[in-house]
Amino acid sequence: MQRRNSRWLIGTGLAVAGALTLSACSSGSGFGDTADAGGELTSDSSQGLNILIGSSGDAETASVNSAVAAWSEKTGTDAKVSVASDLNQQLAQGFAAQKPADVFYLSTDALAGYASNGSLLAYGDELANKDDFYPSLVSSFTYDGEFYCAPKDFSTLGLVINTDLWAQAGLTDADIPTTWDELAAVSKTLTTDTQVGLALGGEYARLGAFMAQAGGSLMSEDNTEATANSAESVAGLEYAKMLLNDGVMSYASEIGAGWGGEAFGKQLSAMTIEGNWITGAMKSDFPEVNYTVAELPAGPEGQGTLQFTNCWGIAADSPNQAAALQLVEELTSKDAQLTFSEEFGPMPSIQSAAAEWKNANPTLVAFLDGADYAQGVPNVKGAADVTSDLNAQLESLKTGDAQAILDSVQQNLEALLK
Amino acid sequence: MSTPARTPRRSGIRGGEAASGWLFTAPMIILLGMFLVIPVLMALWVSFSDWNGRGSPFSGTVSFVGLDNYSALVGGGGLAEQDFGTALRNNAWYVLLVVPIQTMLSLLLAVLVNRQILRGRGFFRTAFYFPSVTSSVAITVLWLFLFSASGAVNKLLAFIGINGPNWFNDPSGVLHNFLGLIGVETGPAALTGNTFLGISFWEWLAGPSVAMSAFILMAVFTTSGTFMLLFIAALQNLSGDVVEAAMMDGANGWQRFWRVTLPQLRPTLFTVLTLGLIGAWQVFDQIYTGTQGGPGKTTLTPAYLSYQAAFTNQAWGQGAAIAFILFVIIVVFTLFQRWLLAERQVSARRMRPYQPQPTSGGSK
Repeated sequence: MQRRNSRWLIGTGLAVAGALTLSACSSGSGFGDTADAGGELTSDSSQGLNILIGSSGDAETASVNSAVAAWSEKTGTDAKVSVASDLNQQLAQGFAAQKPADVFYLSTDALAGYASNGSLLAYGDELANKDDFYPSLVSSFTYDGEFYCAPKDFSTLGLVINTDLWAQAGLTDADIPTTWDELAAVSKTLTTDTQVGLALGGEYARLGAFMAQAGGSLMSEDNTEATANSAESVAGLEYAKMLLNDGVMSYASEIGAGWGGEAFGKQLSAMTIEGNWITGAMKSDFPEVNYTVAELPAGPEGQGTLQFTNCWGIAADSPNQAAALQLVEELTSKDAQLTFSEEFGPMPSIQSAAAEWKNANPTLVAFLDGADYAQGVPNVKGAADVTSDLNAQLESLKTGDAQAILDSVQQNLEALLK
Repeated sequence: MSTPARTPRRSGIRGGEAASGWLFTAPMIILLGMFLVIPVLMALWVSFSDWNGRGSPFSGTVSFVGLDNYSALVGGGGLAEQDFGTALRNNAWYVLLVVPIQTMLSLLLAVLVNRQILRGRGFFRTAFYFPSVTSSVAITVLWLFLFSASGAVNKLLAFIGINGPNWFNDPSGVLHNFLGLIGVETGPAALTGNTFLGISFWEWLAGPSVAMSAFILMAVFTTSGTFMLLFIAALQNLSGDVVEAAMMDGANGWQRFWRVTLPQLRPTLFTVLTLGLIGAWQVFDQIYTGTQGGPGKTTLTPAYLSYQAAFTNQAWGQGAAIAFILFVIIVVFTLFQRWLLAERQVSARRMRPYQPQPTSGGSK
């Protein structure tokens, strides 16, 4: 027995050592030639571009495909669009193998992780249309002082109102709430036995708007300081807690809906706070519901909303960064963004397209108006964990203590900044 | 086994045996090595390194960080420790309920469908086994519908006058809810004040959340069929004469089951419990497709947390470390129940009634 064991050990040891050497060799060559920010862009034009997107549906896929195909034809560079079934996982595999997609969708959550390990090309400053992007979007994609990637499009939160229920309750356009008190009042008027005045998802990505209206936030705009437990932030949550306890606002999950849009569409609530993606869901799932969109009411510190955005990431390991940059400039151009907007609904990330977009979407103007005062979500490394922990605590906000919740968030955020 | 190996190894006619032995096992050794042993060892290295997900984990830029990844999880005091504690809490309750229930239920089903007098045995066997062969993703989706706020389960509960919970959106702990019924809303300071792995003892004792309970029901529903099959196979292997002998001795049906049949099923019981433990500690796909850890992190499990840490947070070392802690937990639990189920000599006290002469005493 003894002898066999030792032979086994030697055998396994050799196999492992062999494997380690092999994998070490295979990766050794890949390292020297990656361009970092500021350096020369790679431009191996023999290589086509791979574009990886996380699509919301057929409309988006078709739209991106045709935009990329048109660019490909114009420039003569091959480009292929693939739709990821799990974007995070497929990106991670690509980076680990050093064969990532050249251009891909990247969320604010994921930016810090990939930027800090050097997977991303920080190309923001080289964009020809750099100054046209909304400054708050640029700061969402700025990590460690560098503007990494071009915002693809964005969304803000607005107050969505069911016009039929609104009229039934005897309310008119003049009653559209512009302050916290008015919001509480109309929510109360609209609450009946079968519906609640206002329903929304019980998470930071909705309730954070109240914090913003009170002048609070989770982190300072440049993501260098945690401000989660400031008096302003607490006041925002306290207001939401009051609405919940008065029974005039409910979390969508409490009334049997998956998200605010579903509660609104099923007429379980007369109002909801959602982003411009709700228009697609209303059109396909609840075409019979009439609604209008207003800006969120102002809190003690004025108007506030949250914005959500994705960018076009370019891989540091891409062999043809120059072409990738060119493609991104094309995809974020005014024409391309207006076409995307028409075909699958997002708002253009550049200011020069605002006027035309408002003309084309008169009913959704409130969403774009929100861009002036919208707040981004924290993008430091690990912030996604902190917000998901906050979301878990917000589920019991009704009975919880807003100060205690935000104190724990403050502590977690400060730990990230160390 | 060991005595013949002591003779000189390269003796005449048996000389080539070792070589052909290796040859025949080589395909499997290579496959297992390539796709199991080496990846596991690579992951082990990652759990001790600061690899950040870019390039090979063996490249020069990756360095050894000792136990840093592990200590962040079990003593870091931060969110990582808290999440890990929460995941362990959730999964421990899951295991505590799933493993005994599925074992008992599958044994019960096996005994039922193994009876000769049952008509349509084939039908019942198929029906009970059916959930096991259905994809877990499909069943999870089915479960999400059944247990939605206005789903079939709540309709059924409403029929008998119970106002069902909003299953997959209810983060409250079942045990806490029971205590709430008798007026205990907050725990004693000794429990709420002290923490283990970042969450208080009172939270450890919350029980599975209502959402997790739905997953527990699902696990029992889907796995009982598989284990029933193992028990049926074992039951059919038992020879009838032992049972007949017991009958002759006057044992009734209940006694025959507990004293004669069940002890003979010990090896199968061990298999079922081991497989059940491993499966329950590794629960992942239900969480990934169903709730992604919510509501309120009460369905977060170590396996899902490991995935999340690595793929969404780029904390690959930490993700691998979670996987290895989970591995150790599973091994410890398996060893523990192996010890529990081990054949022991019958104690002298129990043996006494069977001894022909009480004075000759002692166990054998």
